[in-house]
Amino acid sequence: MSILINKDTKIITQGITGKTGQFHTEKCLEYANGRNCFVAGVNPKKAGESIFGVPIFASVKEAAATTGATVSVIYVPPPGAAAAIWEAVEADLDLVICITEGIPVRDMLIVRNKMKKREAAGGKKTLLLGPNCPGLITPEEVKIGIMPGHIHRKGRIGVVSRSGTLTYEAVGQLTEIGLGQSSAVGIGGDPINGLKHIDIMRLFNDDPETDAVIMIGEIGGPDEAEAALWCKANMKKPIVGFIAGVTAPAGKRMGHAGALISGGADTADAKLAIMEECGFKVTRDPSEMGKLIKAMI
Amino acid sequence: MKIHEYQGKELLRKFGVVVPRGVFCPTVADAVKAAETLGGSVWVVKAQIHAGGRGKGGGVKVAKSLDEVRKYAEQILGMQLVTHQTGPEGQKVRRLLVEEGADIRKEYYVAALTDRASQKVAMMASSEGGMDIEEVAHKTPEKILKVFIDPEEGLTDEQAAQLANGIGVPAGSVDRAIATFKGLYRCYMETDASLAEINPLILEGNGNIKALDAKFNFDSNALYRQPEIVAFRDLDEEDPDELEASKHDLSYISLDGNIGCLVNGAGLAMATMDTIKLFGAEPANFLDVGGGATTEKVTEAFKIMLKNPKVKGILVNIFGGIMRCDTIATGVVAAARETHLSVPLVVRMKGTNEDIGKKILSDSGLPIITADSMADAATKIVAAVS
Repeated sequence: MSILINKDTKIITQGITGKTGQFHTEKCLEYANGRNCFVAGVNPKKAGESIFGVPIFASVKEAAATTGATVSVIYVPPPGAAAAIWEAVEADLDLVICITEGIPVRDMLIVRNKMKKREAAGGKKTLLLGPNCPGLITPEEVKIGIMPGHIHRKGRIGVVSRSGTLTYEAVGQLTEIGLGQSSAVGIGGDPINGLKHIDIMRLFNDDPETDAVIMIGEIGGPDEAEAALWCKANMKKPIVGFIAGVTAPAGKRMGHAGALISGGADTADAKLAIMEECGFKVTRDPSEMGKLIKAMI
Repeated sequence: MKIHEYQGKELLRKFGVVVPRGVFCPTVADAVKAAETLGGSVWVVKAQIHAGGRGKGGGVKVAKSLDEVRKYAEQILGMQLVTHQTGPEGQKVRRLLVEEGADIRKEYYVAALTDRASQKVAMMASSEGGMDIEEVAHKTPEKILKVFIDPEEGLTDEQAAQLANGIGVPAGSVDRAIATFKGLYRCYMETDASLAEINPLILEGNGNIKALDAKFNFDSNALYRQPEIVAFRDLDEEDPDELEASKHDLSYISLDGNIGCLVNGAGLAMATMDTIKLFGAEPANFLDVGGGATTEKVTEAFKIMLKNPKVKGILVNIFGGIMRCDTIATGVVAAARETHLSVPLVVRMKGTNEDIGKKILSDSGLPIITADSMADAATKIVAAVS
């Protein structure tokens, strides 16, 4: 098993004909079972055509109805990305992965509130991963997103992070010391997003094929602390934790829109302290993440 | 992106929030003329810089005559205003706002901001205006009221009344406070702000509710659809190196240490800074070259880092994914040659085409120190500069 996706997942690509969408779709198709997983693309102007052998539909709804896909990945540019998320939600998909970086926060606020209301009114719960994230991968089964596939190996360690390259760093260390990954998940660097650390930790906790987890966070926001408190009460598996930004000055946005210290509780030191209190093995040396998890399993 | 107080007040006025009559003044003569035009017998001369804490630093003065207006304008304009937000070197004052005096009976606080936990806009208000709100939150958290706003409904009359009554606005002025809060919320949403703060918001003797200050911050992701806000941008208030970096699509922030670092990805860039610190030195900057780095971009990044005279060494840390290590290696070699690099350079590369990248570095004949892990890289650069 794995979390969220596996070799049987059927995926729609929104924004498949754009430059970024094309580039990454080709790589995802080449990876493991990608050729069978990526079953549809969406572009209303090119419906009926195909790209890399993947048929293009006019809407997500039509693509889902025709192919049975339950997951979509979004490469649509920022001005239209929130609308693309909403289209996938209205098509009753299980999971939407939004790679797009630079979506206005107001657009995300509005779409997140609409999603929550729809769910509260009895509508289908569609999970959102991202935006501004690398996507997720279940090694040697399927890769959905922009991460380099070749650094991953199939295995039993879960990885979750807000940062793309820090996820790759953790995965690279694991693979180098002979530990594979069950799934590696990038939840994204934006302040208003979908799945959070706590949600991914829940899924890893329930996944019989995950033995331990590396949880990587960064400055800004309450998510890591919330996840740590949940793990203290519920998590049955060892966790290695790292928080980036001990040296980041307050009030400065460190690249990611969400990486901004705005009070005393969202500094790296505060998050490391709460994670340690909650039973994580925390490290201040990111080179050690792989080694530490190896020592714990 | 931040804007000046006088620009923020212009925005608030458009959304029906009452602000003092005032005039933006780039010169002392303009300031005196503005006071004459405004009339009355009391004026406030206010330094316009993007940092807060201007009053304590001597950047806000109350003048009781036109001579005093001239005197204060002369004092403030051109001064290096030091506040807790500017750093010890301060910020040069290039613009003034001259306003009519206000009849302050009570000072309140109100702000709109995006709350990450609830994924809603929160409006915060307090009876403790005119003070540092973080201090109020720390010492007397019960004196801060918050409502969370559904983006489809907007701030409701009930919510606005709850805030107005909760902070003790007198009954006769509650309607005016409600109008102010609703205007502030609409302004926040329609301008794609990430912070809109009025501190203090005052009650005047005549019952008016007025914004005496305005502090805004805007979502940089939304600037493409906010030309009016972009027009407010004041490049004099921005760090020249950060500005130069942004022109090349590099994310750069100056820090106080002596090790420059160039990394791909924001999270890895912060982690690299942290590792430098962990091994005994301080980073000179945050620099994310992003996913699409080219030789030109890497060269520009080197130039920007090396402009900082404190930089005694450079650490390059790349995890090649979509961006290949050989592309970066070629860029690093070209940049080192073009800038006649004279400080130690440590390069750590992992991921796609790592071996080709390393070969390019070693074949270059340049004294580049290679490293395997981030810890190894940090150890080597710290040793090289000390």
